[in-house]
Amino acid sequence: MRTAVLVFPGSNCDVDCYKAIEQTLGTPVEYVWHQETSLDGFDLILVPGGFSYGDYLRCGAIARFAPVMDAVKVAVERGAFVLGVCNGFQILLESGLLPGAMRKNTSLKFICQPQMLRVARNDLAFTAEYAVGEEINVPIAHGEGNYYCDEATLEELKANNQIVFTYAGTNPNGSVADIAGITNKQGNVVGMMPHPERAVSELLGSDGGKRMFTSVLNAWRERNGAVIG
Amino acid sequence: MAQSSVKSNAAKEPTAAQIAEQKIYRQMGVTEAEYELICGFLGRNPNYVEIGVFSVMWSEHCSYKNSKPVLRKFPVTGPRVLMGPGEGAGIVDIGDNQAVVFKIESHNHPSAIEPFQGAATGVGGIIRDIFSMGSRPIALMNSLRFGRLESERVKYLFEHVVSGIAGYGNCIGIPTVGGEVVFDEAYEGNPLVNAMCIGLINHDQIQRGVAKGVGNPVYYVGPATGRDGIHGATFASEELTAESEAKRPAVQVGDPFMEKLCLEACLELIASGNLVGIQDMGAAGLTCSSAEMAAKAGNGIELYLDEVPQRETGMTPYEMMLSESQERMLFVCTPEQEEAATAIFDRWGIICKKVGKVTDDGRLRLFHKGEQVADMPVQELTEACPTYNKPSKVPAYYEANASVDTTRYEEPADLQAVLEKLLDVPSIASKEWVYNQYDYMVRTGTVIGPGSDAAVVHVPGTRKALATSTDCNGRYVYLDPEMGGRIAVAEAARNVVCSGAEPLAITDNLNFGSPDKPEIFWQLTTSVDGMAEACRVLETPVIGGNVSLYNENTKGAIYPTPVIGMVGLIHDLDHITSQGFKAEGDAIFLIGETNVEFGGSEYQASIFNVVEGRPPVIDLAVEKTMQNALLGSIQAGLVQSAHDLSEGGLGVALAESCISGKRGASVSIESTLRADAVLYSESQSRVLVSTTQANAAAFAEAIGKAGVPIAQIGTVTGETLNVSINGASKIAAQVSKLQQIWKDAIPCRMA
Amino acid sequence: MLKAIVYVTIKENVLDPQGSAVQGALHKLGFPEANHVRIGKYMEITLDTNNEQEAAAKVQVMCEKLLANTVVEDYRFELVQTVEA
Repeated sequence: MRTAVLVFPGSNCDVDCYKAIEQTLGTPVEYVWHQETSLDGFDLILVPGGFSYGDYLRCGAIARFAPVMDAVKVAVERGAFVLGVCNGFQILLESGLLPGAMRKNTSLKFICQPQMLRVARNDLAFTAEYAVGEEINVPIAHGEGNYYCDEATLEELKANNQIVFTYAGTNPNGSVADIAGITNKQGNVVGMMPHPERAVSELLGSDGGKRMFTSVLNAWRERNGAVIG
Repeated sequence: MAQSSVKSNAAKEPTAAQIAEQKIYRQMGVTEAEYELICGFLGRNPNYVEIGVFSVMWSEHCSYKNSKPVLRKFPVTGPRVLMGPGEGAGIVDIGDNQAVVFKIESHNHPSAIEPFQGAATGVGGIIRDIFSMGSRPIALMNSLRFGRLESERVKYLFEHVVSGIAGYGNCIGIPTVGGEVVFDEAYEGNPLVNAMCIGLINHDQIQRGVAKGVGNPVYYVGPATGRDGIHGATFASEELTAESEAKRPAVQVGDPFMEKLCLEACLELIASGNLVGIQDMGAAGLTCSSAEMAAKAGNGIELYLDEVPQRETGMTPYEMMLSESQERMLFVCTPEQEEAATAIFDRWGIICKKVGKVTDDGRLRLFHKGEQVADMPVQELTEACPTYNKPSKVPAYYEANASVDTTRYEEPADLQAVLEKLLDVPSIASKEWVYNQYDYMVRTGTVIGPGSDAAVVHVPGTRKALATSTDCNGRYVYLDPEMGGRIAVAEAARNVVCSGAEPLAITDNLNFGSPDKPEIFWQLTTSVDGMAEACRVLETPVIGGNVSLYNENTKGAIYPTPVIGMVGLIHDLDHITSQGFKAEGDAIFLIGETNVEFGGSEYQASIFNVVEGRPPVIDLAVEKTMQNALLGSIQAGLVQSAHDLSEGGLGVALAESCISGKRGASVSIESTLRADAVLYSESQSRVLVSTTQANAAAFAEAIGKAGVPIAQIGTVTGETLNVSINGASKIAAQVSKLQQIWKDAIPCRMA
Repeated sequence: MLKAIVYVTIKENVLDPQGSAVQGALHKLGFPEANHVRIGKYMEITLDTNNEQEAAAKVQVMCEKLLANTVVEDYRFELVQTVEA
């Protein structure tokens, strides 16, 4: 499985994503610059957190126009796995790959803390190794993670089973329906505010996010089982 | 004097003759004697640009003219020191061809005027100091002081300083891993904002800010120059008055996004090897960076100011040279390196413009619109500022405190109520409200984040980690600068030892009032004596730092606050230790000796509402022995938790170890001292340790053998903190209740 | 030349946390009459054209594409003539 970690001006969790792949999977991983126009040959695409373009207009609003985002759309079409974390999730929302939008946290403050999440479904490539209803510790660190969508979209998300993670306990940012992460209808694109790449070893306080990476590797192996043997 | 041979472009600016006649240099902080010296160096009267450049280069902020004689007392060398004070930041060897780079810097005055931008640009400035050495910044720390959390103004300053630090650090993606926040009326109107940055570097990547190679081009990097922050360095060297409030334009605006790009591009440039020297444009911007780079190489520099990228129209040479627009760097490369160097900045979308060249005449020459507008000798700019041995006088309050009996306070009947009150003191209470706004995890190296004795950051690719702590008890330093100075260093070292680290070196931020007052100068020089002695005994040299004087307002000076930023090396990840109790049944030990020492204690201040007498006494040899013995035990795997005893003494330390560990403790102490002293005295060189029952005997033996007093005082158990002294119960409190008080103290006041 | 003045606000039916906070502060300061506070963005864009119709069409596209996120935000703009520099 080849992994691409996208790099926009102002990305700052790109290193963390790279390290998470390197350390938990040991599979090939490369940084891909925002001006690249192709993601051919990549099986997993990580859209990292940070402050792309300083988040100066709206989080993710400028990054969605980077040439590499057109390549992401092509990759999604061919079924590549895409995971957007934090600012990466915001970019996926702005680019329309996932529905909804972000608002400032209700506290109006940046919040960085360990966070318990509830896993809503485990039939996805990214969550197969979790149990439905399992609570995992995956930290958050954001100022605008207050997910919003209108009633109709929420009904659609529920009907299509697109909610992947919800906050367990107190909702830290005021998101609609306690949403922490969602997927597209096909299930190959996941966006989430919490940082699984920061939760891959007990040394860092939690390994609750590690199975997202091992799950997707297994899904890729199953998909390519015949080819790879 | 001869007529000036250089012309000024700006019609509105005073002429050299007018500057002399009207003594305009006085408004820039230049004294009569200094002006005469400058005229001598130039052989004529300086014009407006020249006097402006001299005034910032000779300000306290850039020249350390008032503090240099004092700073010479610090030990600055050691077997691990690769670079001491003088460059952007000091560097210490950590083995395997790796080194740690760190420095602390103040942004007190700007933060008092505009707290968000003042704090943000303080963080931005210290980060540039670190990466301009060629180092990758891996962690930020800070040390903050505010007035009491009662007035709306203090709350405003606190809230916005914290969000300014968060805004910058979070965006640039460097974790803010810890620090300290203290609230005391001594800082009302004069908040202290000290930011520290820590970076990693390989020995062969170390950069120096030198303009070597005559004829080499000089490049400007970063956003265009505006009129922001003109005379910021002079501003930081004055007392705050109503008049300075009106000088608001002196505050600059930070752009962490730009700095992130600049950081990545500069590190890429350094890794590529396509440069000769690089330096950031901090205080006094283009002036300071160009003069210092030339001086360090023994060369001169010519700058073509029309080439300087400008954000505003009609900027004069004076304005360009004195602007403190942020996120700018200056670098020198050879003509052969130019193409490769500029290509890197193009790729990152950053302005990179040739603005000058290195010369052999030792002069800083400025050209604008076809004319030479300034011509000054660089050595004189950077080195010739007179230093002042200020008069020093022992203050009356210090003499009077000698006879104050700090044991005369009547012991309160309810010592649990005292504990609850202390946990509610914002300086002691949980700082979660603060640090949850900081991204303390980005870069996934933070092993121990904010809220423990020291923060711990992993050194990627190794089994090593760095521990860091910022510390200073201003009350102790006020009551006895020498003892307080020693304690500040010792406590910072004790903090990193408690986390399992060998203390390496310190950076210091000397925050004081006006050195023009003999009593304040005495505080400064005496506290440095104490710090220097502690640095020698504890083998932690000073590798750099910052001085912030004139922290006074109409009500008086701040407490003398020499903040210590300590960095220690954890040799193996297995040695990392935190303060929380770990497991039911573990043995609890108190190491060190307790005396009745209430002077300057939180107990004295919060319960009896006075700050008087002499602070606790520290014996540095005892401290060193204790730290060595404790570190040896931690490295031998005997220790479960370790927590330094500081503000609030044993009582608060027990509560904090219980709260952090989410466990109770049963403690029983036999003592000849009064019970309030057992619980709340702030005697030095003490640590609260827990071990497994299996290791208890070995630990007690190891510490005892070193000659350090040790007593097993209890066990970790249940969910209640129970403390009895000589058989009488003094505290029986649910840990959850203590935690609630401790956690709610700041949010309740900020709601 | 024309200058577009663009206002972007959070949609009426979407909670605006900043607006709510400012409204609370105004009430605390003794302005109980202050209600429905909405915080938005104000932008000025100078356009190298004098054709108002063309400019309006362009600015609308700018708003839809980049300046506003129409999932949560509304926008409006006006065009004014600027004095030639």
